[in-house]
Amino acid sequence: MENFLNVLTELSGGFVTSVLLFFFTLLLSLPLGLIISFCTMSKFKPLSALSKIVVWVLRGTPLMLQVFAIFYLPGLLNLFVWPQMNTGWEWFDTTFSTRFIAALAAFAINYAAYFSEIFRGGIQSISQGQYEAGQVLGMTKSEIFFKIILLQVVKRIIPPMSNEIITLIKDTSLANTIVVCELIFEAKEFMLEGLIWPLFAAGAFYLIFVGVLTVLFNKAEKKLDYFKA
Amino acid sequence: MIMLEIKNLRKSFGSTEVLKGIDFSLEKSQVLSIIGSSGSGKTTLLRCLNLLEKADEGTVSVNGEVIIDAKEEDNYTDNEIRDKRLKMGLVFQQFNLFPQYNVLDNITLAPITRVKKDKSLSKEEKAERIEAIKSEARDILASVGLSEKASSYPCEISGGQQQRVAIARALILKPEILCFDEPTSALDPELTVEVLKVIKELKTGERTMVIVTHEMEFAKNVSDKVIFMADGVIEEMGTPEEIFDNPKSEKLKAFIHKSQDNF
Ligand SMILES: Nc1ncnc2c1ncn2[C@@H]1O[C@H](COP(=O)(O)OP(=O)(O)OP(=O)(O)O)[C@@H](O)[C@H]1O
Ligand SMILES: [Mg+2]
Repeated sequence: MENFLNVLTELSGGFVTSVLLFFFTLLLSLPLGLIISFCTMSKFKPLSALSKIVVWVLRGTPLMLQVFAIFYLPGLLNLFVWPQMNTGWEWFDTTFSTRFIAALAAFAINYAAYFSEIFRGGIQSISQGQYEAGQVLGMTKSEIFFKIILLQVVKRIIPPMSNEIITLIKDTSLANTIVVCELIFEAKEFMLEGLIWPLFAAGAFYLIFVGVLTVLFNKAEKKLDYFKA
Repeated sequence: MIMLEIKNLRKSFGSTEVLKGIDFSLEKSQVLSIIGSSGSGKTTLLRCLNLLEKADEGTVSVNGEVIIDAKEEDNYTDNEIRDKRLKMGLVFQQFNLFPQYNVLDNITLAPITRVKKDKSLSKEEKAERIEAIKSEARDILASVGLSEKASSYPCEISGGQQQRVAIARALILKPEILCFDEPTSALDPELTVEVLKVIKELKTGERTMVIVTHEMEFAKNVSDKVIFMADGVIEEMGTPEEIFDNPKSEKLKAFIHKSQDNF
């Protein structure tokens, strides 16, 4: 029994790290993805070409490779070192370790590339007439985007976004390859001690979390059901 | 008094010249109808007037002031373009209402957005103006017969009602000239009638209007002046009687003949 509680405590700690990685990745990759999508749609050819190449590389190579590259390369090339938190608050400093920050950077950039393509598809699916209606009413480009276009885009991209976001929570497990102590990392520790069931328990954590996300996405879809776009 | 004057307006898309030198003027409070077969450049003309397309050559003056000079058009700032656009209103064939806003908000979105960002106004003044805009929107909505639809969403009302909302949305900005691009082409005949009735009522309000239409009877009844366009030029121009009862050019005769064919 003690053993059982002990395992759950360790796993919960790992799960918190996974969820933190998940939230911070979303927080960074959503706006970054929007910026990249604007770059790929830019009329300035060098910018759109460059950003298309970046998206190609980010979507065309394994995320695990990108995690390694982002964690090790800066040091190897003497560019910079990932910062080490030093607040004196132990939980904080160990959770947001150098490794965590590197993994976060890799995830944020990788997911921004995927999100940018979803945003681009959504934005381009809005009819030209919506922009022109805003223009003849004397609205500025940013007013048109934020007050007219954005919510219609959000409504259209909820299904593909929910897919990506559900994939993200499971992809956070890749951080264990650079020894970020997330959920799979903790479960693996027990496996090495000969305990198999914590791996399945870890699976249950993901399942529950994805269940919650699914409910939230359904709610969001319902909420935007009041209009057709 | 001349409200709208267009001189030598030209526009090409790539190597195809769509407007080959358009010249005409329109008196204040008059209604101009533009007819012509598909592809003759009617939409392109309205889009140039509303600065949705850049003209290649020519000028457009409103109320004596040159608002578009093709030579200068590349130098206009975004702000200038918006101010110029506000002299014109445009009602689209496809309505283009904003689906996520209800009818009242569709009408008030643009003017309220303008008030909100006006730094010269205090908070109270803004609130006052916004209330005024809302009550004006309700009045306009009543004038197009849609009072009871103020809180409906575009997907909940008919095409004819949507187009009347689009007209109200253009009216609240008080454009000097209101343009319509085939306002009833996307509508069933019974819905067409209600929209045409609204446009006809606007005429009594001293409004200067330019209407591109395929509704010949309507054009004949409502217009002070009619332009027949063919292949990017004004083939014939005159009063409704001149155009519909005494067409001169062969193209116009053929066009009118064809439009009278009822299967
Ligand atoms: N953005 C564009 N790029 C290229 N060609 C265009 C563009 N817009 C219009 N054209 C061409 O210009 C010509 C005139 O088009 P326009 O839409 O002005 O005709 P219209 O008189 O409004 O026709 P309709 O009665 O069918 O609406 C057509 O041959 C059309 O193919
Ligand atoms: Mg047209």
